[in-house]
Amino acid sequence: MPQRSPNVIEIRGLVTRFGEQVLHDGLDLDIRRGEVIGVVGGSGSGKSVLLRTIIGLNRPAEGDIRVLGQLTRELDDEALRRLQTRWGVLFQNGALFSSLTVAENIQAPMRERGDIPPHLMDELAGLKVKLVGLPVEATAKYPSQLSGGMKKRVGLARALALDAEILFLDEPTAGLDPIGAADFDQLIRSLQQSLGLTVIMITHDLDSLVTICDRIAVLVDKKIKVGTLEELMRDPHPWIQSYFHGPRARAAGIAAD
Amino acid sequence: MTDQPGWIKLAQGRDGAVLQAGGAWTVEYAADLDRQVDALPKDAGAQALDLGEIEAIDTAGAWLLARATGQGEGQEIPWQNLPSEFQPLAERVLTAGPKVLPDKPRPRTITDWVADVGEGVDEALTETLNLVAFFGEFVLATGRVIANPRRFRWTPFLVHVEQTGINALPIVGLISLLVGVVLAYQGADQLRQFNAMPLTVDLVAISVLREMGILLTAIVIAGRSGSAFTAQIGTMQVSEEVDALRTMGLDPMEVLVIPRVTALIVTLPILTFFADIMGLLGGGVMYVVLSKETFGQYVGRLSDVVTPTMFWVGMVKAPVFATLIALVGCFEGLRVTGSAESVGKMTTRSVVEGIFLVIIFDALFSILFSILSI
Repeated sequence: MPQRSPNVIEIRGLVTRFGEQVLHDGLDLDIRRGEVIGVVGGSGSGKSVLLRTIIGLNRPAEGDIRVLGQLTRELDDEALRRLQTRWGVLFQNGALFSSLTVAENIQAPMRERGDIPPHLMDELAGLKVKLVGLPVEATAKYPSQLSGGMKKRVGLARALALDAEILFLDEPTAGLDPIGAADFDQLIRSLQQSLGLTVIMITHDLDSLVTICDRIAVLVDKKIKVGTLEELMRDPHPWIQSYFHGPRARAAGIAAD
Repeated sequence: MTDQPGWIKLAQGRDGAVLQAGGAWTVEYAADLDRQVDALPKDAGAQALDLGEIEAIDTAGAWLLARATGQGEGQEIPWQNLPSEFQPLAERVLTAGPKVLPDKPRPRTITDWVADVGEGVDEALTETLNLVAFFGEFVLATGRVIANPRRFRWTPFLVHVEQTGINALPIVGLISLLVGVVLAYQGADQLRQFNAMPLTVDLVAISVLREMGILLTAIVIAGRSGSAFTAQIGTMQVSEEVDALRTMGLDPMEVLVIPRVTALIVTLPILTFFADIMGLLGGGVMYVVLSKETFGQYVGRLSDVVTPTMFWVGMVKAPVFATLIALVGCFEGLRVTGSAESVGKMTTRSVVEGIFLVIIFDALFSILFSILSI
């Protein structure tokens, strides 16, 4: 394939502004195919905004964003819609449609394509539910009948409904107990490896960063610093130092006492 | 995508029939692949599935191939030559499959319908009972507040007076004015044929003061403020604010319900008075236009017709309707559970029940007044 360049996402000189407030000022970021990259940063540093900007929910003030080789701001509606089917997004609380069952939620993106026969949609919904580790019986349930962890799994299944190549996760393990969070991390890792996904995850969970992220992107001073865990731990920036050498980092086994 | 669309076919090899598949087995071509798989001859006795020419595959495609080879149905056709980069995905799908369909729900029978009707009746009865119980709780809480007036919350009370009263003036006024116009026009049109044009004033005065003023106001307020009460309290319920109140030892009845109900009891009579005036004004304008009399003459006729009883018959209903609307609004709001969808459902319900109760009580009032010959 021609767009098999090593980078699935390339951001150059991104500037995001809300009124007077500048969130990103000349931010550059490359995301390689098939990696799991964790995005960290303090509250209000613009992690979620960055994600929303990449997937087109926010318009950047300046800068270029290339996703799968295509410059997003130059795409017309039709091309953008086609591109959107190639990524999946898991919002923080799953953002499931509360009036639809689990199966209908997963089928929502398929239905939008319009040409998949109903019996195949049922089969695929069942398959996705099993892929994310839920029993098939869950397909008939409504989101309000599910626990937080199950909602996230269904959200993940919906994000993968059309076999997306890129997966965006907004704090996937927030609100889960440590065991549930570790399970979810493993699920993401194994899906990423078997389906060949590229995963971009916003997270505060240091355990996730250690166990499943190949690289880490840190949002500091309105820019981004990318590196492996070891590289970032040597970075002299004070915020990064306190992040990776704080008491919680020690608990996660990152930093030595 | 530059891949060839996926294909599958049955070929005759040296050792018997072999299935061959190639191209892109992705969700992009799912509809077509589904047809191809279904069209394969069922009992061809294929020995294997050769996947050597597969160019791309995703979970949808792997699932279709699994179906084509009867995975999980006993006689499985083995997969061969799948390019190694696609191995992990295929394994993942094959371990997740093959039983991916839940058992079909039992078809509905006539007994289910009967059971539904029974459940509906049961629900309506419990609902009524709960509403009556809620009214009882409200009365008790009001008693507590009257015994200790410092517990009355003035700020929310005044906020709700503003929201349900002052802000509702334009819409209530406009609707009443137009209904007055319509009443006078329709009445005059008929009465003119009997040379009884001046009776139009009686018609407008009696219908506006006794019925239309209060009924229209109550319906508008049920739609406007009853729904707002449900939505406000329902949203608080979803974000666990109501539970937070309870844990602080604050009674939601006292904090949320009493200010709303009292506010509406104050504003609905005022709005009704305003609606009466606007209705009579609208009727007057139309009467003046049709009868060629002056507005002064209209007012003169009005003062002959209108009695204090006529005015009070309408007005006395206002606090009762206000209590009904506000109580139903708060009651349904507190019944919201869990999801945002439930807020919408309960809001609809509160408007329907509010209007329904208003009309039922209006009918009861009519019966009462006719017994009292008012």
